[in-house]
Amino acid sequence: MPFGITLRRIVLAVALAVVGASGVGAHADTLRARIDALATADFAAKEAIINELAAAGDAEAVPALTALGNGDLQVRKTDGKVIIAVRDGNSYKAIDPVSAADLGPVDRAALDKIRVNNNLRRVISAVVGSLTLRSKDPSVRRAAADAVFKSRDASALDVLDEAIAAETDNGIRRRMVLARAAAILQTNRPEPDRLAAIAVVAEHGNQDAKDLLSSVAASADGEVKRKATASIALIEQSLAMWSVGQNIWYGLSLGSVLLLAAIGLAITFGVMGVINMAHGEMVMIGAYVTFMVQEVIRTSAPALFDVSLLIALPLAFLTAGAVGVVIERGIIRWLYGRPLETLLATWGLSLVLQQAVRSIFGPTNREVGAPSWMSGAFELGGLTLTYGRVWIIVFAIAVFILLLVVLKRTAFGLQMRAVTQNRRMASSMGIRTTWVDALTFGLGSGVAGIAGVALSQIDNVSPNLGQSYIIDSFMVVVFGGVGNLWGTLVGALTLGVVNKFLEPYAGAVLGKILVLVFIILFIQKRPRGMFALKGRAVES
Amino acid sequence: MPLGLSRIGVAFLLSLAVAAVLVPVLNLTVASDSTWHVSTTNVVLFGKYLCYALLALSIDLVWGYCGILSLGHGAFFALGGYAMGMHLMREIGSRGVYGNPVLPDFMVFLNWKELPWYWYGFDQFWFAALMVVLAPGALAFVFGMFAFRSRVTGVYLSIITQAMTFALLLAFFRNDMGFGGNNGLTDFKGVLGFDLQNNATRCGLFALSAIALAGGFLACRAIVSSKLGKVLVAVRDAESRTRFIGYRVEHYKLFVFTVSAMMAGVAGALYVPQVGIINPGEFAPANSIEAVIWVAVGGRGTLVGAALGALVVNVGKSWFTGALPELWLFALGGLFIFVTLFLPKGLLGLVRSRRVASAAPVEAPGEPVTVIDRQAAE
Repeated sequence: MPFGITLRRIVLAVALAVVGASGVGAHADTLRARIDALATADFAAKEAIINELAAAGDAEAVPALTALGNGDLQVRKTDGKVIIAVRDGNSYKAIDPVSAADLGPVDRAALDKIRVNNNLRRVISAVVGSLTLRSKDPSVRRAAADAVFKSRDASALDVLDEAIAAETDNGIRRRMVLARAAAILQTNRPEPDRLAAIAVVAEHGNQDAKDLLSSVAASADGEVKRKATASIALIEQSLAMWSVGQNIWYGLSLGSVLLLAAIGLAITFGVMGVINMAHGEMVMIGAYVTFMVQEVIRTSAPALFDVSLLIALPLAFLTAGAVGVVIERGIIRWLYGRPLETLLATWGLSLVLQQAVRSIFGPTNREVGAPSWMSGAFELGGLTLTYGRVWIIVFAIAVFILLLVVLKRTAFGLQMRAVTQNRRMASSMGIRTTWVDALTFGLGSGVAGIAGVALSQIDNVSPNLGQSYIIDSFMVVVFGGVGNLWGTLVGALTLGVVNKFLEPYAGAVLGKILVLVFIILFIQKRPRGMFALKGRAVES
Repeated sequence: MPLGLSRIGVAFLLSLAVAAVLVPVLNLTVASDSTWHVSTTNVVLFGKYLCYALLALSIDLVWGYCGILSLGHGAFFALGGYAMGMHLMREIGSRGVYGNPVLPDFMVFLNWKELPWYWYGFDQFWFAALMVVLAPGALAFVFGMFAFRSRVTGVYLSIITQAMTFALLLAFFRNDMGFGGNNGLTDFKGVLGFDLQNNATRCGLFALSAIALAGGFLACRAIVSSKLGKVLVAVRDAESRTRFIGYRVEHYKLFVFTVSAMMAGVAGALYVPQVGIINPGEFAPANSIEAVIWVAVGGRGTLVGAALGALVVNVGKSWFTGALPELWLFALGGLFIFVTLFLPKGLLGLVRSRRVASAAPVEAPGEPVTVIDRQAAE
């Protein structure tokens, strides 16, 4: 178990440091005598010696005990002295178990391993746990408390009581109390004590606590059993709640990715009614802009790496937006009113753009790094949230709000809505409709570009990046309701959450298939999406 | 002429008949060093193209005559292919790598103990042949029934057909579906006892493909030149008006969609023994859209044009991917854009308008003039 190994390493390192500082006193001789006695004893006698060491409460015994548990404690055949043997290349290095002094290299043949069995290992880890409970290093104390919680070693109770009384750190004391409760549950103490212990464990409320209580419920009877069972039910409930929370979080995270991918499409398809199959390629362009910005920063100004995404955002918007305007002027404006032809032409365009990127940047994935403020994670209750995902959700919402403001609160947004609602009337009012068309398409494409900046953080930046999003994006827009940004928001988040809730039952691929089938059926029921436009606009 | 065949249509049928006879003869009887010899590679290649042409024909029937742009016809094609592939897998019998007389190799590999129920019957050719038509037909019928009844039209229909084939793509990639996962079905040995590696078998499959294409063409002609065909064109040009006149538009659409899917299934079934493999990649949405562009290049609503478009584009593809592989996607993408912008009636439309311009207009009866979607133009 990796945790156990790390614990031992910490304990060993700390204990060695402590021992090295305190020097060798008179009682070190009794300690050494006990350790040397380990060499000849049988398993039962070894256990007795280890318990003596525990009773002496001497932290200096920890390195020797840890080495014993790891099988590193060996007898030097030449003089019968017990040493810690550490592998050093092909030979071994001998270390004094008490003073931690380097005793020089020894040959493997000259060593005799002190054997341990599983029972001894258990005893050792419990003893080491209790001995380290009073270490000066808080992280060692915390690890020791957790070790006792895991071993549920009743013999550690006295040490634990002392340690709790002496403990100044609240967090560690809580863990110690929990460990104490776990240990108490292994004893035959009076019922009130055990009931109190159950309450303490139940309050902790995670999977470990549940396992502990189930073993109690299995072995105990009467009131204890009843209370343990009740507490298990409570813990299960709260665990289920947290797992629902985790699912919702993953779902929102996926939903925000869908939202980012689809929101540009909500403009070009939803508002303008243009089927842009090259939409995914706009996302791809945004991702490649991010890649290029990072390349430039890497070679010329590495200090700016943390703000590379912020630099990439406006550039990606402008690049993808400019490409969008060119597409509208060059191709799409000739095909207004012929949606099926638009679909085919933009599909062809997407092939051309993909191949162009493939020719320029190569077919392989490009490396886009994450800035430091996007890596790492934090815990919220029973949830683990990564900063990258948090930022993408925040970013998606920000883009959504920004777009909403542009559409509802600016002159350009007003003109855009006017043109899409009644082109001829808008034209009569003096709006340059062709110009508005081009800019609207550019806006949608630009938003796809900045989505690409965000998606470069969670997806492979390759020429196929856009392809993987195009069907999902259309599904979101159609599901949410064409011509309605709010519909896109709700659609994206719903699909994300539904997908994540299906995954545990059906698996990732089948979950996705089910969602697709669900949307296909949903469109039969409500051909215009969840938030359909009403009135005359529907028929146009 | 019967079925309202135009001169182009007759020429098309005649050239198919000639090819069906001549190509096998030139391959099997003429010495391989003669200039008249048709290599086996080419027989297989063009046999494949004929299957594509049949697929294009099926798309033209729904798109050109009924205005339903399906971006999921590749799914029907692949389903037909899988039905045939399953039979070919069963016919391998104990000649497989693992020598299991019942289970195909991939099932033995996955440690399956017995044949899944939906593989039953595929050891019989007649059953597989029935499934080639019924499986895509049933899918199209159910899908179309839902879609047309709730009046999903235009691009919405295109997008959900695309979602359909995408969902099937994902599904067939799964190993536990029992269709070989991403490797698909392959290593076929023979069909009806004929060795698939044999030149004669390949020539036979080529001839069969030509006959199927001719049959498909005649069937489509029969449909579009009948009264039903007139209604279909009416649906294409003014769906609401047709409905108000009293036709059950969705019934007509459902009928033609299902027939078209069955044709696509037959094309897939002929395709699989010739290329020797069927895998989930055939469900990729890109394949379906590519098939649509064949129709657009040849000219939608012309049938002959669709088939010719499939041949022209695929010959071009073979040449490009051989000579300038990195430029093929540019060419294909450019073709999409060029055809939609400058050739809305396709190559055949170009030829026809030339003829109309140079000589007296000889418009064959029953050949519809493509009217750009009225609904869209409004």
